[in-house]
Amino acid sequence: MTTKIVTARTNLPDSYRLSTYLENGGYQALRKALSMNPEDIQAEVVASGILGRGGAGFETGRKWSMLKQDPVRYLVVNGDESEPSTFKDHLLVEADPHQLIEGTLISAYAIGASMAFIYLRGEFALGLERVQSAINEAYAYGAIGRDIFGSGFSIDLVLQPGAGAYICGEETALIESLEGKRGYPRIKPPYFPAVIGLYGKPTIVNNVETMSNIPWIITNGGKAFASLGSGRSTGTRLFALSGDVAKPGNYELEMAASSFRDLIFSPELGAGLFPGRSVKAIIPGGVSAPWFGPEHLDLPLGQDEVAKAGSMLGSGSVIVIDDHSCAVRAAWRITKFFHRESCGQCTPCREGSGWIEKIMHRIEIGAGTESDLDLLLDVCDNIAPGLSWPPQQTTICVLGPSIPSSVVSAIKMFRDEFLIHIKEEGCPFVH
Amino acid sequence: MSTDVSKDLISISIDGREVKARPGELLIAAAEEAGIFIPRFCYHPRLPQVGMCRMCLVEVSGPRGFSLQPSCYVPVSDGMDVITDSEKVKKAQDGVLEFLLINHPLDCPVCDKGGECPLQDQTLAYGPGESRFAEEKRHFEKPIAISELVFLDRERCIQCDRCTRFADVVAGDALIEFIGRGDNTQVNVFPERPFSSYFSGNTVQICPVGALTAAPYRFKSRPWDLAQVESSCITCSMGCRIMVQSSQNQVIRYIGLDSDQVNHGWLCDKGRFGHESLSSPDRVTAPLIRKGDSYVETSWANAISIISSKISGIKEKIGSDRIGFIIGSKLTNEDIYAWVKLAKGVIGTDSVDSQLGDGISADVISRLNRATINDAVTSKVVLSFTGDIKEEIPVLYLRLREAVKNGNTKVITIATHSSSLDGISEIQVFPSLDQLRPLAQQITADSSYFPEVSSLIKSSGVSADGEGLVVLLGRENLAWDQTVVEAFALELARVAPKAKFLVTLHGSNFSGGVDLGAVPRFLPGRSSLSDPSAGLRQKWSRFPSHNGKSVKEMFKSALKGEMDLLFLIGSDPRTDFVDTTLSNTALDEIGFVVSVDTFMSESSSRADLVLPAAAFAEKYGTITNLEERIMTVNQKVTPPGLCRPDWEIACEIALEIGSDLGFSSPEEILGEISNISSLHWGLSFDRLSRLSALDGVVIPLTSTPLTLKKKPMFDQISTPGIASVWNQGLASSKTSFIDSSASISDESDSPTESKVPTAISVEPIWPLPPIPGTSEMPLVYCRRLYSQGQLLKNSPHLSRLAVEPRCRISSETARAIGVAVGESVRLTDKAGGAGVFEVEIDDGIREGWVEMVKGMSSSQSFSPIRVDETMNYVKLERV
Amino acid sequence: MSFFTSENLERAQVLLGLYPEKRSALMPLCHLAQAQQGYLTKEAMEEIAKLLEIEPAEVFGTVSFYDMFHTEEVGKYLVSVCTNVACLLRGGLELLEHASDKLEVPVGGTTEDGLFTLEEVECVAHCDKAPCAQVNYRFFGPLGNDSFDQLVEDLRNDQLTDSVPPHGTLSRVFREAPSLVENEVIIAERVAMDQARQERQAAKDSNGGDSK
Repeated sequence: MTTKIVTARTNLPDSYRLSTYLENGGYQALRKALSMNPEDIQAEVVASGILGRGGAGFETGRKWSMLKQDPVRYLVVNGDESEPSTFKDHLLVEADPHQLIEGTLISAYAIGASMAFIYLRGEFALGLERVQSAINEAYAYGAIGRDIFGSGFSIDLVLQPGAGAYICGEETALIESLEGKRGYPRIKPPYFPAVIGLYGKPTIVNNVETMSNIPWIITNGGKAFASLGSGRSTGTRLFALSGDVAKPGNYELEMAASSFRDLIFSPELGAGLFPGRSVKAIIPGGVSAPWFGPEHLDLPLGQDEVAKAGSMLGSGSVIVIDDHSCAVRAAWRITKFFHRESCGQCTPCREGSGWIEKIMHRIEIGAGTESDLDLLLDVCDNIAPGLSWPPQQTTICVLGPSIPSSVVSAIKMFRDEFLIHIKEEGCPFVH
Repeated sequence: MSTDVSKDLISISIDGREVKARPGELLIAAAEEAGIFIPRFCYHPRLPQVGMCRMCLVEVSGPRGFSLQPSCYVPVSDGMDVITDSEKVKKAQDGVLEFLLINHPLDCPVCDKGGECPLQDQTLAYGPGESRFAEEKRHFEKPIAISELVFLDRERCIQCDRCTRFADVVAGDALIEFIGRGDNTQVNVFPERPFSSYFSGNTVQICPVGALTAAPYRFKSRPWDLAQVESSCITCSMGCRIMVQSSQNQVIRYIGLDSDQVNHGWLCDKGRFGHESLSSPDRVTAPLIRKGDSYVETSWANAISIISSKISGIKEKIGSDRIGFIIGSKLTNEDIYAWVKLAKGVIGTDSVDSQLGDGISADVISRLNRATINDAVTSKVVLSFTGDIKEEIPVLYLRLREAVKNGNTKVITIATHSSSLDGISEIQVFPSLDQLRPLAQQITADSSYFPEVSSLIKSSGVSADGEGLVVLLGRENLAWDQTVVEAFALELARVAPKAKFLVTLHGSNFSGGVDLGAVPRFLPGRSSLSDPSAGLRQKWSRFPSHNGKSVKEMFKSALKGEMDLLFLIGSDPRTDFVDTTLSNTALDEIGFVVSVDTFMSESSSRADLVLPAAAFAEKYGTITNLEERIMTVNQKVTPPGLCRPDWEIACEIALEIGSDLGFSSPEEILGEISNISSLHWGLSFDRLSRLSALDGVVIPLTSTPLTLKKKPMFDQISTPGIASVWNQGLASSKTSFIDSSASISDESDSPTESKVPTAISVEPIWPLPPIPGTSEMPLVYCRRLYSQGQLLKNSPHLSRLAVEPRCRISSETARAIGVAVGESVRLTDKAGGAGVFEVEIDDGIREGWVEMVKGMSSSQSFSPIRVDETMNYVKLERV
Repeated sequence: MSFFTSENLERAQVLLGLYPEKRSALMPLCHLAQAQQGYLTKEAMEEIAKLLEIEPAEVFGTVSFYDMFHTEEVGKYLVSVCTNVACLLRGGLELLEHASDKLEVPVGGTTEDGLFTLEEVECVAHCDKAPCAQVNYRFFGPLGNDSFDQLVEDLRNDQLTDSVPPHGTLSRVFREAPSLVENEVIIAERVAMDQARQERQAAKDSNGGDSK
């Protein structure tokens, strides 16, 4: 049985209430942290080796160490979970908001933030209510605000609702959005948030799941966290399993200790496919990632392992596509998503996303030609030159080079299926 | 002394070539200077970079090898390795162009931009030959009017953010925005809130496609049918550098030229679209002589002979001082000089004036240290005591706003009412009349009437003697007599002798008027009447025997029947003189009035003889802007009908009365000016047409060479429509540069010190405010950009923007007298003249004060200004 | 006349005071306006612009970027059916088609009684309950044709008013916190914290030097 860190309390009745949280050791980590020196907390986080849980997988301790020292600096929690098939933060904000708040406060103390924000996806109405209630409770309890627990440390925490734009999950777009603007990603360099972030001030942006791990790390030590998992993949991770699988859901697993096959087929996890079906493809890490075929089922769910195999662990989601589902249709739907969510700031993504979707749609409904495949690949190449992984890009942010992933994967892995669509002038699958 | 910048340069490698660049400079600019043109759309050297269009991607070396980077966003760093010509770069650029074109309508044959379009040009140079896009294009409703002046075609838009960035960052009018997301993004306005910026035309100018078009230019011409000449705008005293473009002998477009010293490429809409008035059907095109209540055309010969006999008759019988000249502000220096020489040097009257009670006396102006625009925008503190410059000198407002936003200077305003400067001012003070003197006296001292003012001035690093301080000096409130401003300025100059002044009067060539003797008691070159320069003694045969009259004095004399002949040279005092009651009654009393003008104004339509003058772009010469910069205005079209340039008319009159003015071209006039005036020493058309002096030169010339930044001339991607007129074809590699090493005035025979004559002494006077009756309220009388006037009246598109004169009061004042917005009030002036005006509420007006805009139609008998009052008051009642 | 009710104007003032820069209140204010009116009217955007001291066009520019802000009237219940890949694999598109038939509106349309607006949305992070839908951003799933019909009936019959407030009301919980800690207090704390940290670092460095 894997150690449960972020989901330790999620199954408790009224898990989102302060009373439940306190009964189960809540805010002890914050009390402990406030008695420590900030740099010692940072050292624990470095020792834990925890990788950011948002998608890019950057080491949290290292990110913190890059923060420019300025009396005004901010901590922003990224709860704009919008990567298709990712629903782990959704669970954490609804089921254990105090854990998130406690992790946020510890982190704010560790990095010396002057103010903290939780930017939560607007569509999470219940999550917004739960987090706001928890913030209200935490203020009343003395965990937020002036002179927290008599420590002499004060900080405010503000919950900011999003309003429906995938791109705001990108940290610089999120900052723009938090400033009340259109969610246009900023150009890096020079807009590395740790140097020039919110209101032009140094800013750390961390994911909800990352923050939710911090109380455990402080309570148990960075070493204990690092002893879980293997290699750079330390601790546990919430894997969001969905698609053609019997028991979709969030599963907290020790990193790199289980394989895709375990996650999908283990009876207490995904519990296998529907009767008589087999795995055709899996999309690890969100729809921005290249696909895997069944030959990768035994790959461990670890950061570097998945990267080495040509994709990414990303947001920790796993979509299963079985042999009764159409790969062209799935890929088209993903391109439609990017088309709708492209912010429109830079040319290749704004114009390319729509073009690619239109061609994919044409093929799916049977109006494509064989030369469309070459055209697709070349248009993709104009967004992500070389079509390599990790990708290069002609765009401002990584949304652009995410568009080709599914198209290129689908064409590479299922060219036959494309050709059948073209030849039979329609989709051969029954929906 | 030229600064050697080469030692500060760094080395980068572009395509294997070593290139020198300034640290921090953007890669795209460094490459361009080295002759390597990188295609671009969103990049504009006068706007903050956004890196959005991705057209300028090049390979730049980094820690992880070469990657594609937008060269408009990457500053150069020493040792940087850049590739601009690889297959990878070419494919990326091709790809971006293809993306830009897939949803572009490609309606070039019916697009105004066709032939001068950066998208078209760069597609030809870099783009794919044919389209691979087989899908339905994006559709929007075809052009929508986003203001009276600007149309927007969203299908053609490539979302480069130039217009929206300009509106927000440069103009401060964020009235257009990106609306929507992704490939549904469009530029648009908020519903029912048009893009009513004074600067909207600039967005048309910098649009790299045909998305934004100007209503006055739509479907008027093709770039290849245009001819053009460089010139300077004469709408106000800024003198923005422009390209005048014409087709079939009609001026149809102005484009702002990028002058580092003056306008940075920007124009205000009044300047940009005022050219419509040139081709107005209401132009005066033949000499007209009054017959009863109407006019009949006459010949030039007859007209000149009538004038000659009038002059001779008056001179012989009564004396030349009963002859006066009022000279307008839109004349060239050469025109002014010719009229002044006729008046003072031939006829012998000193009653010549070029200010209509809305100016500052030449005596004061010539005693001030003058600042350039660049001095002002780089000063430690700008102290503004002037009319609203956004209304009066709009592009100066842009320059100052930019400087403040970039943290280059700070602004303190002294005002009797709110103005556009408030938004960029650190401090605004509203002194009473008797507080002005101590304010000036203690401006750099520790204690002050307004301690926050002197403390900011001090903390900003202005020295005790005023070094680092630039005063914008104009007429903040025309209801206060000019002596108020003059006394303030002289007092300030006395306590802070190193402070500099930028004289921000509105009239376009007011400086030329002051410098060339179109004011009483002065001769050209600011010689005093009593002590003409050596050059003048040589070139002029006579001088007026005694001091002449100002406009005010001429009018007062007229009321006493002591003015027999008045020349109105491009001047309309019935409308423009501050005290219209005085000007109208006086003009009715003058025996014979000659108007030399382009239009039948209020004044010319009641003159005895009207002579048709050539207008802007119909003649050439020079003007002097508010910072004493001399720039050329050039001829592009022939004058309509029998119109002639002013200087020619002056010469003809002189000849008829038996005198030769001694010149027969603007070149010869400028030659004579530079001979007789040490202020104008060294000037010639030849010099002003040199590359290094294209932005004009500030007089007096000094022997200090000025090192200019090397900059692209007529950059056709930044400012489409200039180079294309000369040079149809590809966009790339056509950029020519102004050489940085050229210095403006390095002549060896330049005088080490120019001899500017000292002015006639004027003692500051400190008038006390009269005590008003209880029902009277102090008045603020000011200009608006779109106040009614000849230019607006005769420019069809601008005329729609004309502002109705309204009475503006604060909400408290409105409450006190019981009126609401939209209701009317009656204003009564001191003479009992009254007018009924709509009320506008503006809490920038002080409680108990009334603001009126200058430029009321003459049908109103209300005339609020009395020239002898220090402060003017009006009565305000509910109707 | 203010667009906001006096109660909401008070809330707006609280929001304006929450951020180091006012404009950050733009999105919360728009949510507040939608809660009051169901969608964002021109007057609402103009009022928000005034509160933020920016141009209405700037408010509109931001508003139009985000899917959840509606500048046209929407139904009391905004039914958002997800068809993104996880739902697609489990019948999301078919559910959307069914919803359109059931509600008798095209996707994007509003029923004649003004009760329902149907929209197709991107992934709403409810993939373990695919195919899923949201009604006014409250989750429902997995939904079959029958359970969708039942949901519609329940909404029509006011069976779900407790869990699904009318469109526009996002969070029914408001910030109940003391006013923000004064900026000067925070800055002073941070300057002291940074200084203490530097001193510790210096002490550590010199100790390290001694021990060698």
